[in-house]
Amino acid sequence: MNVIIPKKLRLPLEAEHIKQLRAGEIVMLSGTLYTARDQAHKRMAAAINEGKELPFPLDNAAIYYCGPTPAAEGHIIGSCGPTTSARMDAYTPLLLDNGLKVMIGKGVRNDAVTQAIKDHGAVYLSAIGGAAALYQSTVRSCELIAYPDLGCEAVYKLTVEDFPVMVTVV
Amino acid sequence: MKQVDAAIVQSELTKLITDCLITPDKAVTLALKHIVTDSKPERTAAALIVENNTIAERQRLYCCQDTGQAVFFVKLGDEVVCKGLNEAINNAVKDAYKNARKSVADPITRENTNDNTPAIIEYTLTSGDELEITYLAKGAGSENMSRLYMLTPADGEKGIVNAVVDAVEKGGKNACPPLIIGVGIGGVTETACMLSKRATLRPVGQFSQRADIASLEKEILQKVNALGIGVAALGGNLTALAVNIETAPTHIGMLPVAVNLQCHSLRHGSVKF
Repeated sequence: MNVIIPKKLRLPLEAEHIKQLRAGEIVMLSGTLYTARDQAHKRMAAAINEGKELPFPLDNAAIYYCGPTPAAEGHIIGSCGPTTSARMDAYTPLLLDNGLKVMIGKGVRNDAVTQAIKDHGAVYLSAIGGAAALYQSTVRSCELIAYPDLGCEAVYKLTVEDFPVMVTVV
Repeated sequence: MKQVDAAIVQSELTKLITDCLITPDKAVTLALKHIVTDSKPERTAAALIVENNTIAERQRLYCCQDTGQAVFFVKLGDEVVCKGLNEAINNAVKDAYKNARKSVADPITRENTNDNTPAIIEYTLTSGDELEITYLAKGAGSENMSRLYMLTPADGEKGIVNAVVDAVEKGGKNACPPLIIGVGIGGVTETACMLSKRATLRPVGQFSQRADIASLEKEILQKVNALGIGVAALGGNLTALAVNIETAPTHIGMLPVAVNLQCHSLRHGSVKF
C-alpha cells in the first residue's frame, strides 16, 4: 500500500522542533508520554490551583489522552488508543500555562485551546482513534505513577517507540 | 414452554463478548483495506487501522481500549422461559470484562462500578420459542457525538437529510470515522433513539428494503462523504461506510430523528438459544 514515509521525532520536543512542524504531517514519536484523561486532568488542574505538587513535571511534557485496558498476561500494557481530546479542553489552557508542550489525542480542539497552543509554541497531535492494539505494540515501558484509585484513568508514564501521529494544531 | 438454562446463556455470552472486543466487524476492515482515495493521510490511517485489527486478532488484544458500555438487544419468544436471564446477562458482562476496561461509573460522583455493569438491555417480546441476544460494545467517543432532533412534519425529507449531515459535521471528527451512521425516525423520543442504535447493526453495505428510504440513505451517505472528514478525521472521502435508516410510525405532529454515530470499531455479535 502506498503510504507516507514519516518523519521521526524524539520526545521531549524542543521549541525549535515544534516550530518546524506543519499541520498535516505524519510523524513517528519516540520517548516519554504521560497518560491522563478526564479525572486525572480534573485533579491536576485542582493541584495547580491549590499550589500542590503535580504527579509529573509539566515542563516540556507530552500528555497522551488515553485510558488503557488492563495488561494481558505477558504484556506490560493493554490496548491503548487515544480518547477524545475535546473533553480535556476545559483544563488544557491552564496546563499549557504551566509548561505542557505536546498533547496527543483524537478529534478537534476548541478555539481557546487552539489559540493557547499557538501562543505557547505547543503542538496538538492526532493519533488514530481505535488503533489501540497498534499503539500497544509501540510501548516499551509502562509505569503507574499517580492516582491508582482512578483505575484506567490513572497516570501512567510510558516509553514509546515509533508511535504514529499527525500534526494537527501547531 | 422451552426452557433455556441461564448458566449456558452466561457462558455463551461471555465468549461472544470477548471475541467481539478483539475482532471488529470484518466488513469494516475489508472496506479500509480496499479504500480508494487521493488523500495520503487518509490512506495511511486506513492502513494503520487494518494493521491494528490484524495485530489485535493475532495477539488476542482488544482492538480498541474503549471496550465500551455493554448493550444488549434481547428478542425473547413467548414460548421460551429463561429463569434469571437478566442476571445471567449482567454476570456475563462481569466475567467478560474482568480483563477488559471498566468504563462504567456513577454519572454524578464518577465512582466506577468496577465490573462494567449494569448492562444496557433492551427486551423485545416476539412469538415462538427462540431467544436471541445481540451484543454491541458502545464506546464513549462515538456515542457522545450522537444527537436527537425533534423536527416537524413540515421539515420532511430535506430536514432529515440536513439533521444527519449536521450531526456528522458537528461530531464526526471526534467519533472515530469511518462511521456507521444509524438513523432512527419516528415513534416518540426513545423510539427514535432505540431505532438509531439498532440501525448500526445492519450489515454494512445493505440498504433499506423500502425504496424511498434506500434512496434517502444513498443521498445522505453521498453528502456525508462530501464533508471531507475522512478516515481518522485526517481529511479524505471515507467519512462514513453506511447510513442505515430505521423507521416507526409517529404522531401526526412529530418527526423525531435520532442520529447514532458508530465508530469503525464496530463490535457486535448475536447468539441464539
